[in-house]
This record gives sequence, C-alpha cells and structure tokens, in this order.
Amino acid sequence: MPAETTARADLFEGVQHEPGAKKKDPIVVATGIKRRFGGLTAVDVEHVEIQRGAITALIGPNGAGKTTFFNLLTGFDRPNEGDWSFNGDSLDKVPAYRVARMGMVRTFQLTKVLSLLTVMENMRAGAAGQSGEKLVKAMFPFFWRSEEVANTRKAESLLERFLLIKKKDDFAGSLSGGQRKLLEMARALMTDPELVMLDEPMAGVNPALKQSLLGHVKSLRDEGRTVLFVEHDMDMVRDISDWVIVMAQGRIISEGPPDSVMGDQRVIDAYLGAHHDTALSFEEEEEILAAAQAELEESDAKENDDV
Amino acid sequence: MDWSSILSGSVQQALGPTAIVYCLAAIGLNVHFGYTGLLNFGQAGFMMVAGYSMVSLATVWGLSLWLGVLVGFALTIVLALILGVPTLRLRADYLAIVTIAAAEIIRQSISAAKFSDTFGGQDGLTDFIGPFREVNPFSGTIDIGITSWGANDFWVMTVGWVLVAVCCLIVWALMRSPWGRVLKSIREDEDAVRSLGKNVYAYKMQSLIIGGLFGALAGFMVALRSASIGPSFFATDVTFFAYTVLLIGGAARVLGPVLGAVIFWFLISALGLFFSQATSGSDPLIPEAIMTSQQASLMRFVFLGLGLMLLMIFRPQGILGDRRELAIDAR
Repeated sequence: MPAETTARADLFEGVQHEPGAKKKDPIVVATGIKRRFGGLTAVDVEHVEIQRGAITALIGPNGAGKTTFFNLLTGFDRPNEGDWSFNGDSLDKVPAYRVARMGMVRTFQLTKVLSLLTVMENMRAGAAGQSGEKLVKAMFPFFWRSEEVANTRKAESLLERFLLIKKKDDFAGSLSGGQRKLLEMARALMTDPELVMLDEPMAGVNPALKQSLLGHVKSLRDEGRTVLFVEHDMDMVRDISDWVIVMAQGRIISEGPPDSVMGDQRVIDAYLGAHHDTALSFEEEEEILAAAQAELEESDAKENDDV
Repeated sequence: MDWSSILSGSVQQALGPTAIVYCLAAIGLNVHFGYTGLLNFGQAGFMMVAGYSMVSLATVWGLSLWLGVLVGFALTIVLALILGVPTLRLRADYLAIVTIAAAEIIRQSISAAKFSDTFGGQDGLTDFIGPFREVNPFSGTIDIGITSWGANDFWVMTVGWVLVAVCCLIVWALMRSPWGRVLKSIREDEDAVRSLGKNVYAYKMQSLIIGGLFGALAGFMVALRSASIGPSFFATDVTFFAYTVLLIGGAARVLGPVLGAVIFWFLISALGLFFSQATSGSDPLIPEAIMTSQQASLMRFVFLGLGLMLLMIFRPQGILGDRRELAIDAR
C-alpha cells in the first residue's frame, strides 16, 4: 500500500518535529492547559494540535498525565486554566455528553461495559439522537421502532466486524477483558464519531486479539476518522501511528513520526532517567548524596517549624 | 390452633389496602433503585407531601380531592427537583443522605405544634373522605370465600389495584423503550453513558420525578385507606419496608413490587396471627414461661428478619430475578 503510506506522510510534510508543532489541518487545538491536584501539577501543556485524518499516539511513562489530559479534552475533568477546541468550537465549560455529541468519543482505560445489559443492548445504547430516548415518545413504540431496527442493523454489522456477533445476546458482563475492549470500541463507533479517543486499547488484550484490534484501529483511519490513543505498547505505537506525542511529568516533551521520536534523547531520558547509561564518578555520587541529605534536613526543619 | 382464620386473615392483608400502599411505593423505588440505581431513602417524604396536599386542600380550604391530587403531583415534582438539583451530579450516596434527612424534616415539620391548625399536628387530619365514599358502588360485605372485606375497604382496593395495574403498565412501557435502556445503562456505569453523549443528569432527574410520582400515589392511598392522615404513618421504616417489598419480589422487574407486597403482607400477618394464637387461651401452644403474648406480637418481625436474611443468602436477586445476573455481579 505505498499510495496510502505517502498520503499519510503528506499530512505531516513540513511539520516540525518539536513539541507544540503547528499541523496543517488540526481537529483539536489546546493551548495553556493546566490541571493541578493540590500542589501537584498533573498536566501543563503549552500547545498541542491533533492532525485530522491521522492516527496520533500519546505516549509517556506512568504518571505522565496522559489519562488526565484525555479527561480534560473530553470534558470528564476541568482544567484550572487553558483553552481547547474541537473543529474550531471552544470546549471550555462544555459538559462531557455534549463533547461526545459533537463527535469526539472516548473509551476508558478500565473498560466500562454495561454489565447487566446484553451486548446488543450495549450497542443500541450507543446510537446517537434516538427519539425513543425522549420520555414522552418512549411510551409509544411507533415513534422509535423504525430507528431501533436501523440501529440494530448497524450494530450487527459492527459486531460482525469486531467478531462479537456470536455474543450478541450474552450479558456484556460475561465477556472477557479483551472482548470488552472490542465491545467498547464498537459501541463508541455507534455514535459515528469524527475523532475516536482510545485510552490504552491494548491493555490486557491477548496477542492474537491484538492483531485484529490493530487492524480495526487502522480501518478507522481509512474510513476518514481521526484517532488519538494512549498506549504503552511500543510495537503498536510503531506499527500504526502516523504521529507520536510524548508526555512526561505533565508536559509534552517531544513530537514527531514514530521512528524519529523513539530515537529522541529527551524521550529516552523521560522513560529511563537522564543518567541511565552514564557511569557516575565517586565525586558525583558524593555530590548527589550530599544534596539529598541537605534536602532531607531542610524538610525536617520545616516540619519542626510547622509544629 | 385455627389455621383457617390465620389463612383468611393473611389473605385479607395480602390483598388489602396496606399491601397496595407498599406496592405503589415500591414501584416508585423500583424506578429509582432497580432501574436507575438511585438510592432514595426518603420515599416516605414523597408519600407524605402528596397525601397531605390532597387531604389539607379538602379539609382546610374545602376544595375537591381531585384538585388535591393535582396539587399533590405538582408538589411531589417540586420536592424531587429540590432534592435532585444539588445531589444528582454527585455520587449516589449523597442522594441517599439527603432524601432520608428530607423525609424526616418533612415529617417533623408537618407534625409540629405550630402548624397544628393546618395539618392537625400529631393527630393528623380527618373528615375529607366523604366525596370518595359517595361514589363507592359497593355495599355490605364483599365475601370471596376464604376471606371478606367491608365495602369501604373493597372500594379502596378496587381503586388501588387498578392504579397498580396502570403503574405496572407504564413502567413496562417505559423500561422496554430506549429511554429505559438509558436508565439501566446509568445504573451500570454513568461515565460510559456520558461518553456516549447522553445527558445523565437529566435522565436521573426524570427518574427521580417519575418514581416520586408513584410514591405520591401511595401517599394518596394512605389517606383513602384509613380515612385520615397523620405523621405516624410516614416514619422512615415505611421506606425500608417498601425496599423490603421490592427486594423480595425482585428489583428491576416490572411485577417485582406487586409480588413482593403480596408476599410481605401475607407473611407478616400470618406470623402475627400465628404467634398471637399460639400464646393465647388457657392452655397456650407456647407456654407463658417461654413467651408472653405481648412478646409474641414482636416475634413476626424477628422471623421476617430471619426470612429476609435467608432470601438474601439464597436468592439475592429476589423471586422474579434472573439467576444469570448474579454470576456477573461479582465484577
């Protein structure tokens, strides 16, 4: 598929490999996003743009603030300051359900299936704009029966694609971890989203299923959707992403195509620590110890003051 | 031991007006707790607001009972909004705390001496039942073989069971629709529903109002049943009995509250009659050394509690519940 490959590369031609790089056609733009939990600044993003029609990966070590940033973008959490927009519409103070209606749908790191509903009901619940979900019309099936039939057909074709069609009448709670991931992704697609945001889609999925999940994510892009995902699995990141954004300690430290990012010294440092491959001399070690000791004493003194 | 009188008395209670009151209250709780996962511990508050609206409009201002019913519904909705607006955005526990407190606040305020001119204080209100009994088509005693009811009770029962049937029909129609599916989804996982673009807060509010309106019907029935209304009937145990009724029958089942109410009142009166017979007379079945008749009158609650424990251990999904759901509950 060389043609396709060049098409993707085109999207990022001339884009700088720097944090906060301007994209040609951004679907999401966020500026000055800060989220503090007490004294801890979990997310501090100066500027980031997500390219439309591409698969963008968001990676970073544990505690880098990836999921928090996800929550902020999708309205599940509010930043202390900052502006962010989707398709040019500001999302400041927009509740999570409206964000989803605008076409930006997410999945969760810990899958959230509706356990005591069947797989098919889970899928139908995903469909947007159902008139049967309005209280007054709900009582009278002739308002919503035809929509329900159409949604069921759509759900069946999605379940077919995600290899869950045999499970359609089982409770979602009886599915395995990997199948739940698939169901959650399929359910998100019932809303016809423009931007699909996947939070660790591969966590806890067995290798065989992983391959088919990779295929599904790629097919989302080929349908013209934009995908942003958080992932720890570097093979997956390298395999399917067109662009990679790296976060560490709440900041974006690097951006670029997968290969260039993985060779970036800042990224290696963030994952492995800046000194992981330099041998320390005796003096340097002493110096670090002394600094640590001083810090300890200082905090002790402070505690005593407080008392 | 007179078994036939125990059976007759128990059937009389199981189908009688009190069972209907608890059945309606439990239908409301089924919408709240069974389908939406809202913990409303103040159903008695909804019942009280509605019941007192109907009665006091008739006694204080001399207006018709029908108008009282409308006002009762309106005030129930207002109460649901007052309780829901601050709490439904928060975790489920907050609604539980606020509703149980609100129900007590309402009860204490209405029974306060300050308002005794309007609401009758601890004695409550009477003297409103005339228009309801005037349209009673029954007279004398209605005998169905095993047991019998007076004409007034039977009229209340007729109206009550028709209401129960209509309510069940409404719940059934709502819960098979996409609207009901959203409620059930909220019960399973709010955030998932939010991520699919549904306004969870609005749905929870609708559920709180609708369940409250079923509770309002229960409140009207309380007044019609005893031809009076007083604060003593709306203590917190009313809500917990209604929860018991719901759990016996099976939560999130349309007919769960109906079956639950009938079984609950059958058992409670059968046990009561059994123990009162067993400890009365000159040569009682249970000698006085073990139990006096006064102590025996409380035994029904002991056994009911034991029965509930056994039910929760061996059939926690209730009588109409689905065994398959249990396997999944251990998430």
